[in-house]
Amino acid sequence: MDVAIVGVGIHPFGRHPGVSGLEQGAFAVREALADAGIGWTDVQCAFGGSASSGNADSLVSNLGLTGVPFVNVYNGCATGGSALAMADRAIRSGDYDVTLALGFDKHSRGAFNANPESAGIGRWYGETGMMLTTQFFGMKIQRYLHDYGLPSEILAKVAAKAFRNGSLNPNAWRRKPLSEEEILSAPMLSNPLTQFMFCNPGEGAVALILCRADQAHRFSGRPVKLRSVSFKTRRFGSFEVFSPWLSPERVPGPTVEAAAAAFEAAGIGPEDMDVAQIQDTESGAEIMHMAETGLCKDGDQGALLGSGATEIGGRMPINTDGGCLANGEPIGASGLRQVYENVLQLRGDAGDRQVPGNPKAAFTHVYGAPGLSACTVMTV
Amino acid sequence: MTDVEVETELANSGARPVAEGLFTWPDTPRLIATSCVACATTTFPKQASCPRCTGTDMREVTLATRGRLWTWTIQGFEPKPPYAGPIPFEPYGVGYVELAADAPGASSVLVESRLSESSPDRLAIGAEMELQIVPFRRDDDGTEVVTFSFRPAEAAGE
Ligand SMILES: [Zn+2]
Repeated sequence: MDVAIVGVGIHPFGRHPGVSGLEQGAFAVREALADAGIGWTDVQCAFGGSASSGNADSLVSNLGLTGVPFVNVYNGCATGGSALAMADRAIRSGDYDVTLALGFDKHSRGAFNANPESAGIGRWYGETGMMLTTQFFGMKIQRYLHDYGLPSEILAKVAAKAFRNGSLNPNAWRRKPLSEEEILSAPMLSNPLTQFMFCNPGEGAVALILCRADQAHRFSGRPVKLRSVSFKTRRFGSFEVFSPWLSPERVPGPTVEAAAAAFEAAGIGPEDMDVAQIQDTESGAEIMHMAETGLCKDGDQGALLGSGATEIGGRMPINTDGGCLANGEPIGASGLRQVYENVLQLRGDAGDRQVPGNPKAAFTHVYGAPGLSACTVMTV
Repeated sequence: MTDVEVETELANSGARPVAEGLFTWPDTPRLIATSCVACATTTFPKQASCPRCTGTDMREVTLATRGRLWTWTIQGFEPKPPYAGPIPFEPYGVGYVELAADAPGASSVLVESRLSESSPDRLAIGAEMELQIVPFRRDDDGTEVVTFSFRPAEAAGE
C-alpha cells in the first residue's frame, strides 16, 4: 500500500504573542484540511504532539468531537517525525484511508535549559556548567572540522544561505539576509560557533493529511508520494549531547542509520534527490548531516558550499525554506516543517524559493537530543 | 603560589568536592570511574551497569591524571541555573580528555571537563592535559566547593 500526502498546512513560525501552541496547531490542521479539500470529519485517525505546549488530542474540542482516535506523541526532537511515521503506518497497515500528522510548539526566549536529574545525570554536571546543547554542538563540529581539514569559515556560509533562503519564505521567522562577515563577527557563543550560527527556540505548527495513494485523486491537493519514513536512536559509541563521558570507540550517529533505512525503503538513493531539508539547529549540524545522510562525502562540504551547490539554484539545494536557522525551532513542529517545504517544492508551489527544473524527489532529516533521527523520502 | 600549593591549601582548608564520588579527596586527587568486568568499558562517573554490553559487574577504578584533549569549546555566555559558577561570569573552556584507567585491561575513557584555559589560541586537539582540582564557588556557610578541571600539561607547576 503506497501513501500520499494530499494536504499540508502551516502556522507561520516566529513569535506570536497571545496565540497558544494549541491554537497554532488547530490553525495548521484547518489549513491542511482546506488544502486537501476535506473536512475534519473525514480524518479517520490522528497523531500529533508538542514538546511543551499541550496535548494534541485536546484539539478535538476545537476541531470537533468526531470520535476520531487521536494519539499524543511526546518524543523530543522526533515528535513530528514519530507522528508522521505512525500516520504513515496506520495507512500502510490497511486500517485507515485518511490520517493526520501534526506537530506544534511555543517556546519562550532562551527555553531549552536542561535539568541534569531528568536526564539521569548528577546535578554537579549542570552546576559546573557542562549541561548545554550549545557546548556539545561547538565541540562536535570542532572535532569534525579538525578530522576533515575544513575551515571554520564554512560555518558562516551555511548561516548566510539559511538567512538568504529565509528572506524568500513568507512563513519564516528571520527574513533579513546577513553577510558572512556579520555572522563571523557576531559574539562567539561556543567556539567555533557564533550567535548567528545557532537557531533559537520559537513557535509554529505544521499539519499533514495522508491517504492511500490509490485514493489520492479524490483530494484537491496535488499528491506527493511518501516513499518512506524511518526513525532510529543512538548506539553505544555515538557522540551525543549531555555525555559526561564518551567511549574511545566511535560509531556513526543515528542519522546514518535513519537515512540509509529511508533510502533503502524508498528504493532510491541520495544521488537521486533534487532537494533536501536537513537538521541545522546550528551551522555545524548542516555540514555534518550532509555527510551523515549520504548527500556528500566527509570533507567535501567545503567545495560544495564554495561552489554554491547547496543553494536553491545549485545541484543539491539544502534547506530551501531557511531551515531551523531562519525558522527557529518549535520542537514538535520542526521536523514536519521540512516535509511541508518538500511538498511545496515537489508541487512547484514554493514561490520565490522554488527549486528550478521541476524537482521529482526530496529528502528530509531531523536529529535531536538525546541522539535520535527521523528521515523521509518523497517523490512526485 | 603554585597550582600544587593552591591544591594543598584547598585540601587542608576543609573544602568539599562539588559532588561525592567524582574524585578522591583530599589526598592524591584522582577521578573515580568504573570499569565493566565483562567488556572492559570504562565509565565516568561511576555506573552500576555497562551501557555497552548491559553487564552489571562493575569494578571501581581511578583514572590517569594526564591525557590528550579530544575536542574543546569555550563557554562564551553565562549558563542558566542550575549553573552555580563564580560571579561575575568569566568564559571557561570545556573539553573531552582521553584518560587511561589505572587498572590492567580496562579501556580508556573520554572525560568531559571544565578547562582552566579559556583562550582559543592555547587549546588544541591532541594537546596533553593535566588534572587539577580548582576552587569553584562557596557554599552559603562559606565552605569552599572544589571541582575537577584540566589544564595544558606544560603549564603544570608554574
Ligand atoms: Zn560491558
